[in-house]
Amino acid sequence: MLTDFWTWILDLGNSKTVALLIFFTTFVGIVIYVYSSRKRSERLESYRYMPLMDEDEADKRVKAAEASQAKGEK
Amino acid sequence: MAHSAALSSEQYNYDIVKKFAIASIIWGILGMTAGVYIASELAWPFLNFDIAQITFGRLRPLHTSGVIFGFGGNALFATSYYVVQRTCQTRLAGGTFWPNFTFWGWNASILIAGLLYLQGFTQAREYAEPVWFIDLAIAVVWVVYFLIFTVTLVKRNQPHIYVANWFYMSFILATALLHIFNNLAVPISLTSPVSYSLFSGAQDAMTQWWYGHNAVGFFLTAAFLGMMYYFVPKQAGRPVYSYRLSIIHFWALSFMYMWVGTHHLHWTAIPDWTSTLAAAFSIMLLMPSWGGMINGIMTLSGAWDKLRTDPIMMFMITALSFYGMSTFEGPMMSLKSVNALSHYTDWTVGHVHSGALGWVAMITFASFYHMIPRLWNTTLYSMQLVYTHFFLATIGTILYITALWVSGIGQGLMLRAFDEYGNLAYTFVETVAFMHGPLVARAVGGLFFLSGMLLMAFNIYMTIARAKQESTVPATAAAKA
Repeated sequence: MLTDFWTWILDLGNSKTVALLIFFTTFVGIVIYVYSSRKRSERLESYRYMPLMDEDEADKRVKAAEASQAKGEK
Repeated sequence: MAHSAALSSEQYNYDIVKKFAIASIIWGILGMTAGVYIASELAWPFLNFDIAQITFGRLRPLHTSGVIFGFGGNALFATSYYVVQRTCQTRLAGGTFWPNFTFWGWNASILIAGLLYLQGFTQAREYAEPVWFIDLAIAVVWVVYFLIFTVTLVKRNQPHIYVANWFYMSFILATALLHIFNNLAVPISLTSPVSYSLFSGAQDAMTQWWYGHNAVGFFLTAAFLGMMYYFVPKQAGRPVYSYRLSIIHFWALSFMYMWVGTHHLHWTAIPDWTSTLAAAFSIMLLMPSWGGMINGIMTLSGAWDKLRTDPIMMFMITALSFYGMSTFEGPMMSLKSVNALSHYTDWTVGHVHSGALGWVAMITFASFYHMIPRLWNTTLYSMQLVYTHFFLATIGTILYITALWVSGIGQGLMLRAFDEYGNLAYTFVETVAFMHGPLVARAVGGLFFLSGMLLMAFNIYMTIARAKQESTVPATAAAKA
């Protein structure tokens, strides 16, 4: 039984079906992983802030200049 | 949870980012100028001047390589090196030598390839025109790029790898795979640039379009989405709308893109099931593409006023809108019935440019307007010029794609029309005469876009010049004191 299963998987003619099964189940697994747990969701969503954590002096300077320019043009 | 401990900008390797950013702008001007010139040649063929080196066939790959690999490639090197350092809060790996190796290696490869195109040496594979020894050089540069990026990720000071880096990494890995397999060839001798592909017939065509469409998918989409996931939140001053959606966006794109290349070969001598498979996956791709677009646009939720006051934000949201539009148009054109009309017409060229100008170039402009002042620790020379650039680019893109919708759909309908006796209703030359007007409008659209690019180059030049002036004034004052 197990031998038949492996023979079927290794048959190049079945590669399209095998690939579809592997990719589809992996993708469904990822969706379940991402949305299934509230705690995990909170952790994942906390990573949203990463680009905003690297503020340095240059960032502050450019932001201030853009804000004052925007005010002046209103 | 992510840590909050930004390094000061002196601790990052910004020199290499600056080099790639400037090279991108130079290539952008060269590549787009070549594009406007060949668009003009199609409208006014006398512009060939009977000089072989400047005919459409020779300049066209110069244009595509110039804008895709010169402008786009350098922009991706620049932003990926910038984003990976800032989101990992660590210095770029490879010291100063290896990042510089990627800079000189990449740019020398494109330059030599371009000069060879003008002499008539290409592999005649779309978007993979460089000859075999340039392909080898690019492969070496790409492996070094992969190692620099990966080692930087490994030595990060953040526990999590931000999603923008996932997109950049998938672009690096997929491009390596595509480049190596599509360019497998046997040179006729070690001293000749001429080679023969390892594949032949329908297999050769399928390999080429597996490469061609995934170049669009991973080079021109995934990588620029990496740019979007970092620079849109930065410019908006707000986190991305949904991090979980970005994860699904990433994996769905990665799973689906690899299957769709064959839609470039509908109604040709390939197995019919491959055509159907490609069309089905192209339709499915609409979902992750629009998921990503919505994620980007909704990042601005609660700060929509920025669209009135911030031209950089206008560039970003317009880029995302064009991304949405071209990822709707693409799946529609991949349907066999639509493709029967659209293929081999200017509609395809218009579709490519709605993605290339509207999405790729505009998100790059926005990212550069955000990044370059921060690299030189200064402010932009003129925000008014950014506004002007935005309108030139938008008008240029719209003019370009609408002109080619008219040209392409008209051309397709005319080529398929029959009279009451079952004969073709129009001769080929009648379709060419019909296309003259739209081709003129296309060239004008391209000229608008190029003018915007020149304005940007001026604005950036003045920004850098002023930054240098600012840094020398305190030094001079200190010396006088």
